[in-house]
Amino acid sequence: MKRNPKELEATHRTLSRRTLLLGGAQAAFVGVLVLRMRYLQMDQADQFRLLAEENRINVRLIPPKRGEIYDRFGQILAQNSPSYRIIIVPEDAGDVEEVIARISNLVPLDPKEIERAMAEIRRSPPFLPITLADQVTWEDISRVAVNAPALPGITPEVGSTRFYPRKADFAHVIGYVGPVSEYDLSRLTDPEPVLHIPRFQIGKVGVETKLEQVLRGKAGAKRIEVNSTGRVMRELNRRDGEPGADLQLTIDASLQGYVQARLGSESAAAVVIDCESGDLRAIVSSPSFDPNLFVRGISVANYRALTEDLYRPLANKTVQGLYPPGSTFKMMTAMAALEAGLIGPEETVWCPGHLTVSGRRFHCWRRGGHGHVNLQNSLKQSCDVYFYDLAIKVGIDKISAMAQRFGLGVYHDLPMSAVATGLAPDRAWKERVHGQKWQIGDTVNASIGQGYMLASPLQLAVMSARLATGRLVAPRLVRSINGVEQTGNPGEDMGLNENNLHHMRRAMFAVSNDRRGTAYGSRIIEEAYRMAGKTGTSQVRNITAAERAAGVIRNQDLPWERRDHALFVNYAPFDNPKYAVSVVVEHGGGGSSVAAPIARDITLQALYDGTPPLTAYPSKDRARIEAQQKRLHRERPDIKSDGRNRA
Amino acid sequence: MSYLEYNVKSVPTGLRKLLYLNWPLLVLTITVACVGFLMLYSVAGGSFTPWAKPQMERFALGLAVMLVVALVPIWFWRNIAALAYLLSLALLVSVEFFGTVGMGAQRWLDLGFVRLQPSELVKITMVMLLAAYYDWLPAKRTSRPFWVMLPLLFILLPTWLVLQQPDLGTSILFILGGGALMFLAGVHWAYFAVVIAAGIGLVTTVFQSRGTDWQLLKNYQFRRIDTFLDPSTDPLGAGYHITQSKIALGSGGWAGRGFMQGTQSRLNFLPEKHTDFIFTTLAEEFGFVGGLSLLALYTLILVFCISTALAARDRFSSLVSLGIAVTVFLFFGVNMSMVMGLAPVVGVPLPMISYGGSAMLVLMAALGLVQSAHIHRPRNRRR
Repeated sequence: MKRNPKELEATHRTLSRRTLLLGGAQAAFVGVLVLRMRYLQMDQADQFRLLAEENRINVRLIPPKRGEIYDRFGQILAQNSPSYRIIIVPEDAGDVEEVIARISNLVPLDPKEIERAMAEIRRSPPFLPITLADQVTWEDISRVAVNAPALPGITPEVGSTRFYPRKADFAHVIGYVGPVSEYDLSRLTDPEPVLHIPRFQIGKVGVETKLEQVLRGKAGAKRIEVNSTGRVMRELNRRDGEPGADLQLTIDASLQGYVQARLGSESAAAVVIDCESGDLRAIVSSPSFDPNLFVRGISVANYRALTEDLYRPLANKTVQGLYPPGSTFKMMTAMAALEAGLIGPEETVWCPGHLTVSGRRFHCWRRGGHGHVNLQNSLKQSCDVYFYDLAIKVGIDKISAMAQRFGLGVYHDLPMSAVATGLAPDRAWKERVHGQKWQIGDTVNASIGQGYMLASPLQLAVMSARLATGRLVAPRLVRSINGVEQTGNPGEDMGLNENNLHHMRRAMFAVSNDRRGTAYGSRIIEEAYRMAGKTGTSQVRNITAAERAAGVIRNQDLPWERRDHALFVNYAPFDNPKYAVSVVVEHGGGGSSVAAPIARDITLQALYDGTPPLTAYPSKDRARIEAQQKRLHRERPDIKSDGRNRA
Repeated sequence: MSYLEYNVKSVPTGLRKLLYLNWPLLVLTITVACVGFLMLYSVAGGSFTPWAKPQMERFALGLAVMLVVALVPIWFWRNIAALAYLLSLALLVSVEFFGTVGMGAQRWLDLGFVRLQPSELVKITMVMLLAAYYDWLPAKRTSRPFWVMLPLLFILLPTWLVLQQPDLGTSILFILGGGALMFLAGVHWAYFAVVIAAGIGLVTTVFQSRGTDWQLLKNYQFRRIDTFLDPSTDPLGAGYHITQSKIALGSGGWAGRGFMQGTQSRLNFLPEKHTDFIFTTLAEEFGFVGGLSLLALYTLILVFCISTALAARDRFSSLVSLGIAVTVFLFFGVNMSMVMGLAPVVGVPLPMISYGGSAMLVLMAALGLVQSAHIHRPRNRRR
């Protein structure tokens, strides 16, 4: 094809022109690319750099070391002990199922746990470690470590878990920790990030939860570099957290252990309070349970056993249990009357065995009556009619006010769970709550701590301590935080008439030292340690007129849950009060026969700071006491034995 | 002027031809390829395996292919253009039946030493065919409707075939490349005006239809377009690649984070970091300076191809060189627009740098054509 040169020139010109056009367009586009690159890499560089850092850097929290808890003498009550876990890294394991099969020959693995782990393995990238078994014993871990070559991808890991070496003794006081639950998170508006660490333990009950913020500490953090699938490439830096503060409680672990043992299998509560400082030396609810079970995750069977037990081991009866104080309340009625100046200590009341108030007959516990009784005799023998008479003269409002001054029906701020306020009722209360007018019969019932009246063993101990000192003794549970002494409240003077207090104390002394006193059988012989006390037996049922006519059924013949509560409050030494004690035995029967002996033993154990010599007891009791002491030492070798007279 | 009119004595013969190679173009080619090796070494975490070493071997092979192509007179290539086109088209059809599907939608034939993607081959044979066609076609017929329809057919046939794969990126390259060649050949601008106007009209209509009862696209298709326009609406889904790519680019800043220090690529946040998204690694590690330098290298390659084209006196040489320049331009232009978030992610490799055998071989062969045009250009013109 020959071509015309002219035509050729023309087409070449067109080509050149169009090449220039297209080249220009290309140059323009390259210009756009440059501008875009400039925009991304210079104008927006900082922002993108930040995004790149966000991509690659993950912050992992390092759980803080939880504060430990000690008793007043430095005995450890709650500690962090190593816990062993078995971890599997699927990509290192290769044949995961084979490795798991091999390991279950060495270590008992829960099939359910294996199933959960397998599901987790399938869900997560292969480099992510998965927990196969938690809370593994040291023996099992050693067996895994020895067989390591046959178990690729398996690593034993040491973590930290809470351990309560005193087991049941402090279950109610300290409570326990457990892994953070959905419920825990839902209660917090802004949960700390540390709570999202898997298996992080927080306080669930007792001091552990009430002082959670103190014990927890601050989480540390490490910054790690991850790739797009989340694999950790390296650690960039770490900031250590702050460990939680150690706590020292006011409780004497040895005494606490003794009280727990002394209460034995009774459904009971006992409180020992230091009259001077308000320090709680022992605060025991029985029966108890092993809090370590809850830390590990309690089995359904164990949990059901605890919840279905008639004696309610999970309840902290010392602060949560409310009981009609019964005759232990009589000091309040008497103090109200004395302070009001309505009676003199020697004024007598005639007790024929009952008192008829506005057509209703109120009985004294002794059907035959006590005859003429003054303050001391009425308290000593626990005559009811005397106090009916006083109460009618004084009126409920003054009695209620006096009870509240002594700490009944008042909330005591202690870092324990479910601290109950109790109730010291007055007219306004009944009007407000029941919408009914206060009846004179209510006053009569209240005068001997029955009816609406409710108090916790803690409150009764506080009442006893305030009677002993005349000061507003306030209970204290935490002695120091991280070594810093917590200011105790020595208690201001209550402003009561010293004479009236003196009469009350003499009457209480008579209760446990006068031959005719209701607690004479539980007296202390040792001169320096003699105690003042008051028995109480509170009804949990009404005795009908028909029953009374047929002869009141003996307590032992009633089903357990309808028997009377046995109560006793005391302080000792009577002339230089050191400790105040309250004991409540649920449905135990009589205060003098059941509660008083326990309270005496506890008081002596506290005063002697160890097992008291038999010489402290009345001679006819010594054989029985010796047998009891031997039995307790066998059961609890940790109880302090060599008690000494420190007076 | 056709090749027969060449003064044969003015054309070097034998191995002497090597002296007449377009050396600057050759050096540029090797330089860009070396940048590629460096980046492949980097994205492998400082290792020649699995990418840098095979890429180097292929480049060596490509260099040989290029020289062979360069030493063969350009008119030979003109004569076999139609045959090459038909052959490559046949291969394209055959992958429909025997091809292997892998990594999305690309299809290849396994030839043992290299996995050949016929669609890559077609990019060049189509340019050759169109160049030969316009070399043959008398200039006055260039804009006649029938003679416009014919090359259109040459373009649309492979386009339709690759769309079946489906490979949107390649089909766009076919259309843009073929269209550019027709434009260069002197087809009347009115055709382009009509096509562009129709295209704009179509796009507007499609968007206008959104939400009405005569909606032209499915809702999910609209959402894909949304994601392209604003990747942040779907940062973990379809927008993930482009978002991560922009983060990598942007975090490079002025001078980059240093060789092998790019966190985005090293920690695998970047998708396809050794193929389509390799430019982001370069921009992350060498910054604006690095990106600009690569862009300059490419631009220089274009300049040398175009200058070869303008120096040639036969239409085939000119159009082939220009067509190859346009192809190279489209490759890096689309690829860079894509990773910078200016164009949708369509799967176009960065020429000479992205890991991939057939693209490299085909591109080297194409540059061989340009070299051949350069060697066999008329040296003493008849006055």
